[in-house]
Amino acid sequence: MKALSLRKLTKTYKTGVQALKGIDLDVEQGDFFALLGPNGAGKTTAIGIVSSLVTKTSGKAFVFGHDIDTELETAKACIGLVPQEINFNQFEKVSTILVNQAGFYGMPRAAARERVEHWLRKLQLWDRREAVSRTLSGGMKRRLMIARALVHEPRLLILDEPTAGVDIEVRRSMWEFLKQINEEGTTIILTTHYLEEAESLCRNIAIIDEGRIIEHDRMTTVLRKLHNEVFVLNLRRPLDGLPELPGYALALTDDGSLEVEVSKEQNLNDLFAELSARGIVVVSMRNKANRLEELFMRLVEGRDAATGQARPAVSA
Amino acid sequence: MSGSTERITGGVAVPSAGNRRWVGFRTIVIREFSRIVRIWGQTIVPPAITATLYFVIFGSLVGRRIGEMGGFTYTQYIAPGLIMMSVITNSYGNVVSSFFGAKFGRHIEELLVSPLPNWLIVLGYVAGGLVRGLLVGLVVTIIALFFTRLHVEHLVLVCAAVLLTSLVFALCGFINAVFAKNFDQITFIPTFILTPLTYFGGVFYSITMLPEWAQHASRANPILYMVNAFRFGFLGVSDVDVKFAFAIMVLAAAALFTASVWLMEKGTGTRE
Repeated sequence: MKALSLRKLTKTYKTGVQALKGIDLDVEQGDFFALLGPNGAGKTTAIGIVSSLVTKTSGKAFVFGHDIDTELETAKACIGLVPQEINFNQFEKVSTILVNQAGFYGMPRAAARERVEHWLRKLQLWDRREAVSRTLSGGMKRRLMIARALVHEPRLLILDEPTAGVDIEVRRSMWEFLKQINEEGTTIILTTHYLEEAESLCRNIAIIDEGRIIEHDRMTTVLRKLHNEVFVLNLRRPLDGLPELPGYALALTDDGSLEVEVSKEQNLNDLFAELSARGIVVVSMRNKANRLEELFMRLVEGRDAATGQARPAVSA
Repeated sequence: MSGSTERITGGVAVPSAGNRRWVGFRTIVIREFSRIVRIWGQTIVPPAITATLYFVIFGSLVGRRIGEMGGFTYTQYIAPGLIMMSVITNSYGNVVSSFFGAKFGRHIEELLVSPLPNWLIVLGYVAGGLVRGLLVGLVVTIIALFFTRLHVEHLVLVCAAVLLTSLVFALCGFINAVFAKNFDQITFIPTFILTPLTYFGGVFYSITMLPEWAQHASRANPILYMVNAFRFGFLGVSDVDVKFAFAIMVLAAAALFTASVWLMEKGTGTRE
């Protein structure tokens, strides 16, 4: 049974904007799934339909096999949602928000308080349990929304850009936390603008653009489609000019580093051998851009140099 | 975000739909009650002060010169109307401000994503309106007792009339909040429609004092039936047929509840 299945899902807003143009999507149970796409691609609309914040125009959606048209209550009980924007009552206390949310899922207040303590401690908010929520910092508010989504222990956690606007330390600790939850069995769907986040956390990925799924596969398979990668090599001694390296596209940066574009058919051992033969010592190296970011840009801008194709049509 | 995340309950204990709905409904009502208490300076105190002023000015000062009405002192005559007026405005005001506030602050989404059915969300908010309407009604009744003796002729009719009226106006407030797009739109109806209808609904006078055309016009005002049904419960006098008045209230409550649930199902004002 899939954690989530979407079939020919469409959404046309009253303004006439067609946000989803018949998407098909499957997310396996236990998966850590990335749903990526540029702003306005349809990610939040798709999530909104699944979580009942947006009404669909046509198509079907199933959550753990429960059809949202006929078994909406059961389907919704399986989902925890962390939305993009802050949407809790800013005048209520942290603990009250969570106890109430647990109540909306049928958890009596005594049991809810125990659960609330558990999740507030896990998300390092226990000390702020009596604080009025509007007094929390941005990172704390994000963590509060995660705690709220988890308080009824959903089988499917949907996070819509959960780390937007939080500092790197909080973001990293959120990643660790989400990995733990996923390892313990919760299926996670993540949308994010930090492609490094998606690459390091997610096993499967779908890229949505202009209301269509343009890529839907395992992360490793998707990344293999990237035919060229650009590496930045930090050298022991800056170069006066570009060396002669047949078969490689080279460029010098302002700080004397060397940028080398390596295709899928080439390998780094050969590159380093060539550089050593010319007396060039490489101290360290890094990818110029995140690999997923590179692929993402190529896909959504319709300039996949590897295949030479124009903007891809629906592939899933 | 430290340590392991062991499930303290050992997994998801799924409550039955009936139990989930009951706990969910109770949670909405508790949340609404907490809100009423938290902002008591806006919810309880103003209607108490307004009612006191009405009793002092219209009851004691002006009322003495008016003399009897329907066989009762003027203060006794207007007391049920003033109680009903506070119930109407507070039942309406609680739901319209709470539901619109939840839409405006987007925390209505907490309920929309939850497994609670739409009819239960409507019931929860309406119950909150009832709680405030009845609480304020009780406060105004206590204030009335400082100014006059309140005789109760039919206790059951008093309770039925106040509950149905509160229900009807809580539902009206809900529908107003569903359509409202800004704060102006939640004050428009109470100011320009509800207040005039209440004042012309026989709170301060018997419609038999009006010319015939005005009496006919008054009969188109639903609040007239509510005030008179309530007054009948207290004093045993009414300008309208009490059975007809209750029929109107029951039908209005049923129609408004159906409309509210339909709007929620459709997603009007709540879902995109």
